[in-house]
Amino acid sequence: MTYFSFKHAPNLALAGTVAATLAAALPASAETVLKMVPHADLRNIDPIWTTAYITRNHGYLVFDTLFAMDENLEVQPQMAEGHEVSEDGLVYTITLRDGLTFHDGEPVTAEDAVASIKRWGARDGMGQKLMRVTESVEAVDDKTLKLTLTEPYGLVLASLGKISSNVPFIMPKRLADTDPNKQIEEIIGSGPFEFVADEWQPGNQVIYKKFEDYVPRDEPASYAAGGKVANVDRIEWRYIPDAATASQALMAGEVDYYEQPAVDLLPMIQSDPGIKVETVDPLGTQGVIRFNFTHPPFDNKLVRQAALWSVQQADYMYAIMGDPQYFEEFCGAYFMCGGPYETDVGSEPLREKDVEKAKALLEEAGYDGTPVVILDPTDVPVAHGQALVTAQALRDIGMNVELAAMDWATMTSRRAVREAPSEGGWNIFPTWWLAADQLNPITNISVAASGDSAWFGWPENQKIEDLRNAFAQETDLEKQKAIVEDLQAELYDFVPYIPTGQYYQPTAYRDKVKGVLTAPVPFFWNISVE
Amino acid sequence: MIAYIIRRLLATIPIMALVAVFVFMLLHLSPTDPALIIAGDFATPEQVDEIRRQLGLNAPLYQQFLSWAVNLLQGDMGKSIYSGLPVTTLIGQRVEPTLMLTLCTMLIAITLAIPLGVVAAWKVGTWIDRTVMTLAVFGFSVPVFVIGYLLILGGSRKLGWFPVQGYTSIFDDFGGFVSHITLPALALGAVYMALIARMTRATMLEVLNEDYVRTAYAKGLATRKVLVKHALKNAMVPISTTIGLGVALLIGGVVVTETVFAIPGLGRLTVDAVLRTDYPVIQGVILVFSLTYVLLNLLVDLSYVLFDPRIRY
Repeated sequence: MTYFSFKHAPNLALAGTVAATLAAALPASAETVLKMVPHADLRNIDPIWTTAYITRNHGYLVFDTLFAMDENLEVQPQMAEGHEVSEDGLVYTITLRDGLTFHDGEPVTAEDAVASIKRWGARDGMGQKLMRVTESVEAVDDKTLKLTLTEPYGLVLASLGKISSNVPFIMPKRLADTDPNKQIEEIIGSGPFEFVADEWQPGNQVIYKKFEDYVPRDEPASYAAGGKVANVDRIEWRYIPDAATASQALMAGEVDYYEQPAVDLLPMIQSDPGIKVETVDPLGTQGVIRFNFTHPPFDNKLVRQAALWSVQQADYMYAIMGDPQYFEEFCGAYFMCGGPYETDVGSEPLREKDVEKAKALLEEAGYDGTPVVILDPTDVPVAHGQALVTAQALRDIGMNVELAAMDWATMTSRRAVREAPSEGGWNIFPTWWLAADQLNPITNISVAASGDSAWFGWPENQKIEDLRNAFAQETDLEKQKAIVEDLQAELYDFVPYIPTGQYYQPTAYRDKVKGVLTAPVPFFWNISVE
Repeated sequence: MIAYIIRRLLATIPIMALVAVFVFMLLHLSPTDPALIIAGDFATPEQVDEIRRQLGLNAPLYQQFLSWAVNLLQGDMGKSIYSGLPVTTLIGQRVEPTLMLTLCTMLIAITLAIPLGVVAAWKVGTWIDRTVMTLAVFGFSVPVFVIGYLLILGGSRKLGWFPVQGYTSIFDDFGGFVSHITLPALALGAVYMALIARMTRATMLEVLNEDYVRTAYAKGLATRKVLVKHALKNAMVPISTTIGLGVALLIGGVVVTETVFAIPGLGRLTVDAVLRTDYPVIQGVILVFSLTYVLLNLLVDLSYVLFDPRIRY
């Protein structure tokens, strides 16, 4: 498309001269650029300092990982050449592969990996759990590191190959030595793309350029594992906050790839034959309604069960996604449908909505009309829709509901308030987690029930914690599955949260974009632009 | 006159100090805690406290204010809590798009609205007057974002004359700048044009009934000369006041326009910072906006001298 531009002033002689000069000066092939609209603005560039998904996506471009999850949800070596486990299962020896170089030209050493693991282990939930059973992690030589455990732990590789926030990215030691609670000030990784700091404009654009010295693995790309081949010279993240404008920009060809188009605008986008709309994340996302266990009425199990019987997933999914092709009709698995630990044990209350039963449970619980404060972040449609549906369902069974409207930032602060709902606290808040975060009882922190140290809502249930620990120590998949069945039965009785459904976020891109990978995280290697 | 300007400039110091105190207090009394946003879902309370300490948010409020104020006096507005970039850098990146958008909007609005208002007053009661006033009511009533979307639909998608979004610096590519700024300036200018056109018409109607206008006509002056030289010049004092005050309206509209057209300006920076409670950025941007507004008011007051020789400072 041509726009009105003074550039096009007809001075053909000059234009010819310039063209000839440029042709002589430029290399034979022009720079290939992928212009994309990310789902959020990149404000923080340190993927260990923040759990924001946008920073995780940025991290995958710039950094690399020792291990990575493939499309069979199995952990494969990435920067690692391989690893050995001692017979007692307590010592993991990991060797780095050849050709690993940081963007500043320095080679990647085991010292860098050790420092990176330690920093990640101080911040990430799964990392903290690993560190609790880790006696030491140290470099043996430049290419070998050794991790020694205090007791057998079944999730060492699953932790180091964790696919979602916080991902154990490997940084140079000088950066990884930064206090984990302080943001690193320079982005030097060993990933397939370099971060162009000079061109970063928070709220507008992020630029990456191909790292010429990156040596990809030979295997084909598969989720975060396999060969990360950079097929474009430059990637431009252009943050367009308005969904309608971003859609129009894609249709006008000003951008090539739109990570998360609004579902209600999809019919318009799909009317353009040059655009593909696909669900690139096959695992999807889980909606979450979280209770506060420290204040009435949801400190009472019967009231939580009443809430569970009062809702049905379809109501939530229609409210937040609208189109049934983008959500599961029903998914009763706390650890996601399609994941290795999928089971529907105990899910009857969620499958069979029963208002009368819910009312009976409420009566049995002796609910006295205590107001229920639901936090309602109106600026985030996924959360807002869930708040509204929950409010109506609870009102239908006779609960006294107050919707507290606010923005997301305020909600992230208020959900940490432990005072009573009448004094600035809360009873329920809505949120969501990517399936990649919910796949097992350790990464799914919403099922943790360790009281004060648990996730917001602070549930306490020793049986759940024992089952989670048993799961972590078990190394056999079948035995892990059996533990998950017991765990899920207890979860549906205890109700730490309501899984409000599993949905899939579509992505739209122009048909000149090839090689888009199917994965729970948008990866940009393997992609080419024709 | 120069003494007056100096007095006014000195008066901006206590005004800016008040703005600084007010903005600081208002922000820090809000219930949002940036440390909790940064800490995310896995952090322990101890880690949240540590982040708060690193950001200097655990110090008593007066200490936080004093350290911010002292740095501010040295030209240091602090660093963004999130990106870690200096606030002056962030504002520096965003000044040009917003300044250019505002200037182009004013240019388009003033160039179009004043003649339209003059003609409407001259042809009062005719179809011309009614058309101009209908357009003014439209410009006044339709929200900026609706006008923005309509312009995108027409100017970008149907005609293909302009890009949908983005900004090109005037220093990089003048043609690209013009093509990127036209639609946003028109969208933002609608309400401003409506305001100026209505004010011009109302003031001109008053002036056109004055005796000296009748005298000017009686002595045989051409209509154009009467309208522009005698009537408009006398009507300019309230019009320039409206133009000046209307800039406040523009600043509000800039936020929406920059969002609709994805222009990386100060308006977007403000909204993004507010949504994340990025204290140093919000404080910095509001100070810049306030200073601009105070200086603009001074310029408006000084412009009166040009239009009305009776006014002396």
